Amino acid sequence: MKSIHVSTTVNGDAVEFICAPDESLLDVLRNRLGLTGAKEGCGTGDCGACSVTLNGRLVCSCLVLGAEAEGADVGTIEGLANGDALHQLQQSFIDHAALQCGICTPGILVAAKALLEKNPDPTDTEVRYWLAGNLCRCTGYDKIIHAVQDAAQKMRSA
Amino acid sequence: MRFAQPRTTEEAAGLIAQEAGLTRILSGGTDVMVQLKSGLVEPDLIVDIKHIPGLRAITPEDGGFRIGAAVSGAELGEHEGVRALWPGVVEGVELIGSTQVQGRATMAGNLCNGSPAADAVPGLVAANAIARIMGPDGERDCPVAEIPVGPGKTTLAKAEFLTSIFLPARPDRSGDAYLRFIPRTEMDIAVAAAAVSLTLDAAGTVTAARVALGAVAPTIRLVPAAADAILGAKLDDAAIAALMEACSAACNPIDDKRGTIEFRTQVAGVLAKRAALIAYSRAGGTV
Amino acid sequence: MALDNTPKRVFKVVGTRPPRPDGIDKVTGRALYGADVSAPGMLTAHILRSPHAHAEIVSIDTSAAEALSGVKAVVTAKDFAPQDDDFLMDVLDNCMARDKVLYDGHAVVAVAATNSAIAKAALKLIKVTYKALPHVTDVDAAMTLDAPVVQEGRSLETVPEGMSQNVTSHCEFGHGDLDAGFQKADVVVERSFTTAATHQGYIEPHACLASMTADGKADLWCCTQGQYNVRDLCSAALGMEGSQLRVTASEIGGGFGGKTTVFIEPVALALSRKAGRPVKIVMSRDEVFRATGPTVSSSIDVKIGMTRDGRITAGEAHLRYSGGAFPCGTVDMGAQAAFAAYDLQAVRTLGYNALTNRPKEAAYRAPGAPQAIYAVESVVDELCQQLGLDPLEVRLKNAARKGTRSSYGPTFEDIGLVATLEAAKAHPHYSAPLAEGQGRGLSAGFWFNFGGNTCVTLNVNTDGTVGVTEGNPDIGGSRAAISQMAAEELGIPYDKIRTIIADTSALGHNDVTDGSRVTFSVGLATIKAAQDAIAKMCSRAAQIWGIDEEAVVWKDGAAEPAGPNAGKFPPMSLAEIAAVSFNTGGPIAGHHEFNADGAGVSFGVHLVDVEVDKETGATKVLRYTVFQDAGKAVHPSYVEGQMQGGAVQGIGWALNEEYIYGEDGRLQNPGFLDYRVPVASDLPPIETVILEIPNPGHPYGVRGVGETPIVPPLAALSNAVSRAIGTRMSSLPMSPPRILKALSKG
Repeated sequence: MKSIHVSTTVNGDAVEFICAPDESLLDVLRNRLGLTGAKEGCGTGDCGACSVTLNGRLVCSCLVLGAEAEGADVGTIEGLANGDALHQLQQSFIDHAALQCGICTPGILVAAKALLEKNPDPTDTEVRYWLAGNLCRCTGYDKIIHAVQDAAQKMRSA
Repeated sequence: MRFAQPRTTEEAAGLIAQEAGLTRILSGGTDVMVQLKSGLVEPDLIVDIKHIPGLRAITPEDGGFRIGAAVSGAELGEHEGVRALWPGVVEGVELIGSTQVQGRATMAGNLCNGSPAADAVPGLVAANAIARIMGPDGERDCPVAEIPVGPGKTTLAKAEFLTSIFLPARPDRSGDAYLRFIPRTEMDIAVAAAAVSLTLDAAGTVTAARVALGAVAPTIRLVPAAADAILGAKLDDAAIAALMEACSAACNPIDDKRGTIEFRTQVAGVLAKRAALIAYSRAGGTV
Repeated sequence: MALDNTPKRVFKVVGTRPPRPDGIDKVTGRALYGADVSAPGMLTAHILRSPHAHAEIVSIDTSAAEALSGVKAVVTAKDFAPQDDDFLMDVLDNCMARDKVLYDGHAVVAVAATNSAIAKAALKLIKVTYKALPHVTDVDAAMTLDAPVVQEGRSLETVPEGMSQNVTSHCEFGHGDLDAGFQKADVVVERSFTTAATHQGYIEPHACLASMTADGKADLWCCTQGQYNVRDLCSAALGMEGSQLRVTASEIGGGFGGKTTVFIEPVALALSRKAGRPVKIVMSRDEVFRATGPTVSSSIDVKIGMTRDGRITAGEAHLRYSGGAFPCGTVDMGAQAAFAAYDLQAVRTLGYNALTNRPKEAAYRAPGAPQAIYAVESVVDELCQQLGLDPLEVRLKNAARKGTRSSYGPTFEDIGLVATLEAAKAHPHYSAPLAEGQGRGLSAGFWFNFGGNTCVTLNVNTDGTVGVTEGNPDIGGSRAAISQMAAEELGIPYDKIRTIIADTSALGHNDVTDGSRVTFSVGLATIKAAQDAIAKMCSRAAQIWGIDEEAVVWKDGAAEPAGPNAGKFPPMSLAEIAAVSFNTGGPIAGHHEFNADGAGVSFGVHLVDVEVDKETGATKVLRYTVFQDAGKAVHPSYVEGQMQGGAVQGIGWALNEEYIYGEDGRLQNPGFLDYRVPVASDLPPIETVILEIPNPGHPYGVRGVGETPIVPPLAALSNAVSRAIGTRMSSLPMSPPRILKALSKG
């Protein structure tokens, strides 16, 4: 299998990599670019732990080929904070104890950010349905919903 | 394995025709990537059709809409025009997978995957949508209902692929709806599903109807008897009972990890009833 | 054990909600989990697994795989040291099948190669010849005399004569005269229940990176609930000395009991030993479901007698559990826990474990208790319905309390069951109106809680900060709680303390993070280590002041002269003492090592409202409230988190989660698509009410809280659904097809 050369943008930075034609974007991020914030919980799009944005659209990076990133704009958890300033969602997750083991947290934060960009004032039900593809086994989701709503409220009044 | 991103449908058709081994079309990739991961298929060629102009477009046509084969669920859901004309089709597409999957999955891919439980397909069949297919000999049109033939199997020839799906115009006082049953609220494959499309006269009598069922037979099934049950009626109790009975009678499901024959048969009728009532209300009828 | 017991004390740090020390790493993607590290020259390994439920391994031919370019090592069971100890041998046989494969997914061969694709290609070149054997996956079927025998000769002497060879153990608990008790009853209900095996469902698959050098030294990085346990199991498996294997626990992406043993770790070490290079193994989700976890599956008969006024006169339960293809003691815990919430004159529980062709059971949050208590609490609820009694009043009337002789033997000390039931009774949830089609369910729950071997070092730094070194992977925020207890005891701010988790070479042994033991045991050791450091700091201050060290006390983070010297010198703070420590005798550190006792049992009560769609059998959870005694909630947010997370795992177990086996004995649903854990949109808010009935075994009153919350949901949901549909459910999960079928039978 001949590798493919890909030029792309990750968290605003120009990046080049080579990958196998059947290699997922998740594997590229983790194994070739050293961005291990996106996690593989299933590899089949059922858990959301690998969530990233691709050209602004929320996707599971395990369901994207690395080769598809050519010319695209990829956003990962590593790009959420602005330098040492946490994104409001990150701060709210810490403040509201919205994580326990933390393995789902990067995916949930990326997904929640995409939600609030689309809908800055969601209902709890809308948050729950938007995040239905992000499995969390520790928290029972309750504190996650509170943290997202806390961040949404603070971002609206910012 | 090779990866290609053709820029025209002709180029794509040529690539596929020339490939001696196994080809997989990649648009949203939400099924193909899972197959790759599991080792179920080992394609020799992956053809990414997303970069072909027009394939990601939603275009008004003859009062209806032509939906490019690479339009994602999220993009479709954001299109107010399609939503207004065929809300049941859109809600079916939007039920595929998670928000993340919606960012990629396509209606055309859902159809070509050939699953009897495909959420997008009952609504398309009820809508009498027409698929446009590109092949070595050029384009042809085919009703969506004629594409699936069994689990994972379609009538598409080896070198053919979908370029768009056409949702036709519809008369005033029309409505459609899709409902599926899953054990959770999200993230499951349909255990049973029903789509209903209907048109009413000024008095609220059903003058045209199509009913399609999912996950209760080897393919998505159009059920003319179920449509007949509500034709000429105002969705009174007797018509609803006849609809439910016709739907249950049309079921030929299997027992599996997702549901039993008994459950699917019973729930298909319930879903058809509920979908019919929603469609009726969308068409302006009041029960 | 003599302990300071000052439950009425006013806390400064304990009970507050500071940010967790690992928070920023976890919200920025920087935290390193099992699969997140790599090493120079690292190989990637994959494992070939059995497609059969039960088969003899006739031959394994790995020659073609070994000849493939890029393949560096291949291992099978032959590469591991045989064990004299049955327990160790079972763990190892589960990691790599020896003569027979015992379940679908059982590991057979492992290959390490220069990349993942080559390792996977190599697996396809391996020829394993199997002789398929008859299989059994159902616990009741496995106990019949004509059932296929999963393993021969594994029955303990406790098993009564004449039972199937699959029955490996038998236990019995209880006291009193059952017959007399049942005769006193006005109503006796007898019912049988089944529960499906469920998986812990942690989102992080098992992962490890092993590096072994030619001199026999090895390092292992892995996601585990107990690095010392991994070291002990792996060093035995590899036939190496424990001192030569250093195990570092990564951040752990969920465990819930499922990461208290080893699966891939000995395999990675054996491959690394053979290849002379670091080897990484990361399981796929499919492998996680087929070969790790799950819980026992169960079949249970319960018989309870009650008087018209709601007094339980006798209770009896027969529990049949299967922990998969290896002997399993979980039924003992179920048999002990079944009636723990009740003060009974006559009670008996009998337990049996049977082998089946399923993966080896791994602990899952209060292992064995949810199933047993589900069955008992269902029958209590049915009796309440038959007699027209309030289920909460009946539980209060029969509740175990201080001085109760428990159904499993010991007499209870201070316990929080009555307070918890009273809190539920007083809560608005209990009296809120229900609509047509809705039902309210209630269940009590219990877990023993463990103490165990624990070792903590507390280092006082010269800048006045403190490092706490403990040895238990943090699965729910325990680093924050440990820092809080250190801050409380030392009298310094929380943010002056950093707690880290040591590798096996940096600190003495610590038992696995299990049994809800960490906040209790490690917290207690931390308090004791702080007291040790305080004694040393008082001694240093005394030395500086030139007074007797007995005449110094520690108050508000500082040494103060006391007794005849009181007020003679200004207090010296921890920072001031630390700053001059090099001149007063050297570094200051506190230590404590012990085998912790006095964990204190835990009770909880859950209330749930559901609505059942009678046309589809779908259950919607409308409202959920958890009441639990935490002894003392050190970090209330993380106590609530345990209560909420456990409740939701229990909700999943009650409604949709199950291992589904086909006729061929293969697992039908090894993925998150069809193994249906609850998603966010399935759930209402999970309300929590923390009760604090201090545990006399801990100076702050702390009890473990992590496991109890998974116990009540099974019966609470079943009772709610049964009341909503007017038919008693007796099988979990209550999937929509099962509910619709029950409805059609009426």
